[in-house]
Amino acid sequence: MLAKLVQTAWKDGSRLVSAHPFSRRHLLGGAAALSLGTLPFGRARAAGPLTVGFIYVGPKDDYGYNQAHAQGAAALKAIPGIEVVEEENVRETTDVQKTMESMINLDGASLVFPTSFGYFDPHVLIEAKKNPKVQFRHCGGLWTEANPKNAGSYFGYIAQGQYLNGIVAAHASKSKRLGFVAAKPVPQVLNNVNGFLLGARSVDPSITLQVIFTGEWSLAVKEAEATNALIDAGADVITCHVDGPKVVVETAARRGAFVCGYHADQSALAKDKYLTGAEWNWASIYKGFVADLQAGKAPPNFVRGGLPDGFVKMSPYGPAVSEAARQNADAVKAEMMKGGFAIIKGPLKDNKGNEVAGAGTALAENAIELEKTSYLVEGVKGSA
Amino acid sequence: MSGDLGLGTVLLAVLGGAIRVSTPFLFVSLGETITERSGRINLGLEGTLVFGAMSAYATAVLTGSPWAGVAVAGLAGAAFGLLHGFICRFPRVNDVAIGIALMLFGSGLAFFLGKPFIQPSAPPLPAIPFGFWSDQPQVQAALRVNVLFLAGAALALFLWWAFRNTKAGLILRVVGDSAEAARAMGYDVDRVRLLATALGGVLAGIGGAYLSLYYPGSWNEGISSGQGLMAVALVIFARWNPLACFGAALLFGGAGALGPALQSVGISQGYYLFYAAPYILTLALLIATSSPDRALSGAPGELSLK
Repeated sequence: MLAKLVQTAWKDGSRLVSAHPFSRRHLLGGAAALSLGTLPFGRARAAGPLTVGFIYVGPKDDYGYNQAHAQGAAALKAIPGIEVVEEENVRETTDVQKTMESMINLDGASLVFPTSFGYFDPHVLIEAKKNPKVQFRHCGGLWTEANPKNAGSYFGYIAQGQYLNGIVAAHASKSKRLGFVAAKPVPQVLNNVNGFLLGARSVDPSITLQVIFTGEWSLAVKEAEATNALIDAGADVITCHVDGPKVVVETAARRGAFVCGYHADQSALAKDKYLTGAEWNWASIYKGFVADLQAGKAPPNFVRGGLPDGFVKMSPYGPAVSEAARQNADAVKAEMMKGGFAIIKGPLKDNKGNEVAGAGTALAENAIELEKTSYLVEGVKGSA
Repeated sequence: MSGDLGLGTVLLAVLGGAIRVSTPFLFVSLGETITERSGRINLGLEGTLVFGAMSAYATAVLTGSPWAGVAVAGLAGAAFGLLHGFICRFPRVNDVAIGIALMLFGSGLAFFLGKPFIQPSAPPLPAIPFGFWSDQPQVQAALRVNVLFLAGAALALFLWWAFRNTKAGLILRVVGDSAEAARAMGYDVDRVRLLATALGGVLAGIGGAYLSLYYPGSWNEGISSGQGLMAVALVIFARWNPLACFGAALLFGGAGALGPALQSVGISQGYYLFYAAPYILTLALLIATSSPDRALSGAPGELSLK
């Protein structure tokens, strides 16, 4: 009961600080009619710019998942004729439906990006049915033909970036033990864990990877504890998949471990301990969607891409990355840029001894099986 | 040695975790003990903790001094405590309800003002390397003890002594046990409670400073994850005894470290269950120490809890 209250407190408190001062959606609900003249709504309809809404589950400067999306949104702001509205700290509940509705009805948004995983089903699907003229594109969901045609999903094959992280980590590691702080055992996270280890093992097959799940996307104290536990167990290169990697990166660097980044560039936090990182590059996707709408057609419903498509990019190498590591990673990256690079290649077993891929099998980055991954590969210590 | 599967590694990690994680629990619960001993409950300490974390971090970023951050967090906590104490002196005001209101207010205000400080890095509080004698990095890491933890431990001891042996401590307890008796003795009950709540706020604010300036050492909106509320519950569990608060804080900190530590030695099944360890522990201990015959032993008589 009290925990519930606190939750509400956090969310309601944070709503005060969201980006758009004139769209205090829930507060204004009743007052909207009175102040219609001052709202972007009026302007949007008058001048006719394309209004795009972005919804984030956390703060948009979290050095992580939300920041990566906000950077994509910022790239749209530079385009003439585009107006961007944003709201942060929106829970994956009916809250996000209210936010979408007010973006559509008050701000006049005709394209909405609800960026968090849990927004898709049922919230995006419900709103897409309700607002057939508005386009919804969701990050990470699995859109199928059965879903509304004005909805869709996009995602990037960032496990490629984690594979490259793994290569660089393998060259930097002395203990031959790597560490991974993971949030929840969902397919995207498991692909990243597997990618990180397989990248490292492509350099040195004796390397092992310890994974610790925190159970939540954002849980600062537990992330710090997990990082410490990994380093205590001997890991000397750490990476993660949590919403805001700041705590993991800073804790690891303070303990003297190397860090591979995730989501966004965290080199400023770990200084010379930062090796490289797997980053999102949403700007290219968002620009494409907006260009489609401006040209008068609906953007595609199902978009996936990796390094070759410019959806994912790597942080610049840190000073601790050796020349051999650079050459190795650059060579593999060049291979990936050709498209069709397979991280999961047979013969390969999971860490319980079951066969994942037989000899001769190779799952290219766009293999649909990878969106249902439920295993950790051999060499990863931990259970999904 | 590194990575040996075994009890030793887990125990060391739990010990290290207890020392690292317990400090906010300790400060908030000591603060709440002072407040509740005066006969009031301040549930708003969660908000004070979050605001303390934010104000400390912001101050440290702006001034470059983490100790200035601790001072500002303490002052901010005092302000929240005074506000609670001030409102509660009016007749027919419920202290629990005001506490919840202040919890929401404190967190909301912290999120609002803390927005520009999510990204910058603040200088952390110093720690003392008590593990210098060991050449094992695990031991050294576990025994890096922050100054605030030691201050909290000393404070627990001092409060335990002061509640029994100082005039201020006795006045506080009289006010908490029987307002009528305190009035008959000529003490201003409201004023004592105002000060007790303010002092509780100061300690909760400092607990917040530890969160943002040492461990996990970062400001963001989910930094406390309910630790302030757990610490308030911990006071009841510790039966309003400062020394027991210290033990309970260590227990909660250590229990929180258990999940990651077990996963790091390869016991990875059922980690959700291990993460629930602190809560299961609380339930078990409350049941074990409960009694069907008497009211909560040690509870101040004026507390609206009973």
